[in-house]
Amino acid sequence: MKFVDEYREGEIAARLAEQIARMTKQPIKLMEVCGGHTHTIFKYGIEDVLPPNIEMIHGPGCPVCVIPLGRVDDAISIARTTGVIFTTFGDMMRVPGSRTSLLKAKAEGADVRMVYSPLDALKIAKQNPAREVVFLALGFETTAPSTALTLIQAAKDSVDNFSVFCNHIMIVPALKAILDSPDLKLDGFVGPGHVSTVIGTRPYGFVAQEYGKPLVVSGFEPLDVLQAVQMIVRQIVEKRAEIENQYGRAVRRDGNRRALEALCEVFEPREYFEWRGLGSIARSGMKLRSEFAAFDAEVKYSTPGLRVADPKSCQCGEILKGVKKPWECKVFGTACTPETPIGSCMVSSEGACAAYYNFGRLSKVANRAE
Amino acid sequence: MSSQFTPSSLFERVERVRRRKPRIKDDFITLSHGSGGKAMHELIEGLFLEYFSNPLLDPLEDQAVFEIANGQPAARLAFTTDSYVVTPIFFPGGDIGRLAVCGTINDLAMSGARPLYLSVSFILEEGFPITDLKRILESMRAAAVEAGVMIVTGDTKVVQKGSADKIFINTSGIGLIEYPDKISVGRAQTGDKVIVSGTIGDHGTTIMIARGELELETEIETDAAPLNSLVAEMLDEAARLDTAGAIHCLRDPTRGGVATTLNDIALSSDVCLHIYENRLPIREEVKGACEILGLDPLYVANEGKLVALVAPEVAEAVVQRMRMHPSGREACIIGEAKVEPRGIVALKTAFGGTRIVDLLVGEQLPRIC
Repeated sequence: MKFVDEYREGEIAARLAEQIARMTKQPIKLMEVCGGHTHTIFKYGIEDVLPPNIEMIHGPGCPVCVIPLGRVDDAISIARTTGVIFTTFGDMMRVPGSRTSLLKAKAEGADVRMVYSPLDALKIAKQNPAREVVFLALGFETTAPSTALTLIQAAKDSVDNFSVFCNHIMIVPALKAILDSPDLKLDGFVGPGHVSTVIGTRPYGFVAQEYGKPLVVSGFEPLDVLQAVQMIVRQIVEKRAEIENQYGRAVRRDGNRRALEALCEVFEPREYFEWRGLGSIARSGMKLRSEFAAFDAEVKYSTPGLRVADPKSCQCGEILKGVKKPWECKVFGTACTPETPIGSCMVSSEGACAAYYNFGRLSKVANRAE
Repeated sequence: MSSQFTPSSLFERVERVRRRKPRIKDDFITLSHGSGGKAMHELIEGLFLEYFSNPLLDPLEDQAVFEIANGQPAARLAFTTDSYVVTPIFFPGGDIGRLAVCGTINDLAMSGARPLYLSVSFILEEGFPITDLKRILESMRAAAVEAGVMIVTGDTKVVQKGSADKIFINTSGIGLIEYPDKISVGRAQTGDKVIVSGTIGDHGTTIMIARGELELETEIETDAAPLNSLVAEMLDEAARLDTAGAIHCLRDPTRGGVATTLNDIALSSDVCLHIYENRLPIREEVKGACEILGLDPLYVANEGKLVALVAPEVAEAVVQRMRMHPSGREACIIGEAKVEPRGIVALKTAFGGTRIVDLLVGEQLPRIC
């Protein structure tokens, strides 16, 4: 495939890996924050290519994984409301709440539909004026602009049977929470690519200035990730801590102004938002501004709104922060599997545990557990 | 990497759980139960087998094989059934009728059988246009002629509007096995080569695009085709080389794709299948569509392809023979069976890494970002 295969060249990868190996032998722990990078790392077997002193920690950047049980329960309760067509992205369908999932609620009679974009949900609302259509919005600043633009469009077209159950989250507060964790053992970050196309590289400044850690924004092809790792390792060897941009073909320093404006117009930060595995983080979630209250599913529907604690056996928090490895969790691969996930990291294919379970058991888990 | 592989206690723990007898834990049927992945295994092995278990059914092959010993010598027959509920019913390169005939023929052919007779049952929704039905019947007739089988019995039911989606078709088939050795999902042996008969993921991608939810335009067509004559050529080649038993497994990688089929073989035969990403034949359009959707072509359905495990000494000759057949022009070897780690499909990526290709839990769902 043109413009894609070029970024997946095995020979260049081997050369890059050699360069990295020559730069240093010291053990280095890097976190890729974004679930998309985790997916790439496992899909292409990047950990097999990297020298053994470089260890990747898979961070909290999978939006499906960090959505708390209580919010899933709320979504299911809205989906079960008579007359509601409930819409969301495909991989949200299987995420279990405290009792059931949207996929199971669908089997029990709720009208739950998978969409590819919030605009599809708005289209369904226009086609079904007698029904109430709710879109479960989730994701970082990556997906939030499309939700914002959809809401602006809905307001312009005066669609009155459409609302959004907003679970959008922000990357910077999550990064801060990880950096503030007392048991942190990270040497640098592979910064998210898609999020950065929206917010730019500027907001990451504090990672280098306040915490002294290098961060390199990276693209999603395997060579992108490998090159980003090389750039971070070089900073570490040269004792620098800077914000660098590997994904220059898509990411600008100031981000995407129009997308940011749309975000500001529609959303404002919540005082607190609960993250699965990480707990409550101040000003890390987005909610609809009062001007858009008519489209706010949390205003339109009464939900249980309960905070449901993660199961005790679950060690997702430690895994997300890189303190523990997936296979060090007692329930990994036995009680907690992709079919019956207990914790958030096993839920989506981008979760650290699911990724290990699906792709990584063969080499890393087996060899390192020796 | 595989050569240094040493199973650890943790790995064994995970594998033990993976091989545990599946139990059905759900209270309701969800779409996952129909997707060919782990949820479907739970339904079949945890529920259906509990009620129907018998020596012919228990191997869970795509067809039952048995002998009718009334005459001399005894005749070995293959018997199978399948239902078709695809949406949309017409799509580029085929329709539900062609699928219904080819699918059952292929399930018979994968036991090495020569398909003979088919039954056809229709469940029609009130209001279904006769012109559409005619189109479907015509394509069923054509597929049956192409494969040299007769449709010899059938049934029709019409249900209230809304009780079925337009048209559902069930076909059953009987075939005669003349090949002396058992071809089975459990017969793969260490050293066997893994062959696919052509490009993978064409059918599933065609259907996804034909549903129109994506507004993509491509020229991909379904690969739906009867494979009995291709199988006959393969068996003949093995016999010609005086290695009649060299073809160990044959499977058509329909729902769940090549990945699911390879997992079935690896688990049933207790071998490790090593496959190489850069040898997988995938059309550019299919790669592109899957890239956009975040899907993996290895898990996308095929309706006119087969996967074979063949003894290494004849594999290359079998592939050459397959390439002379219209349905096997792009046949190639994509990997081989090794000893460890047992029950696993391992993919060597073009990038230089290795990963496990596991069974999916349910349907492949598009990723959010």
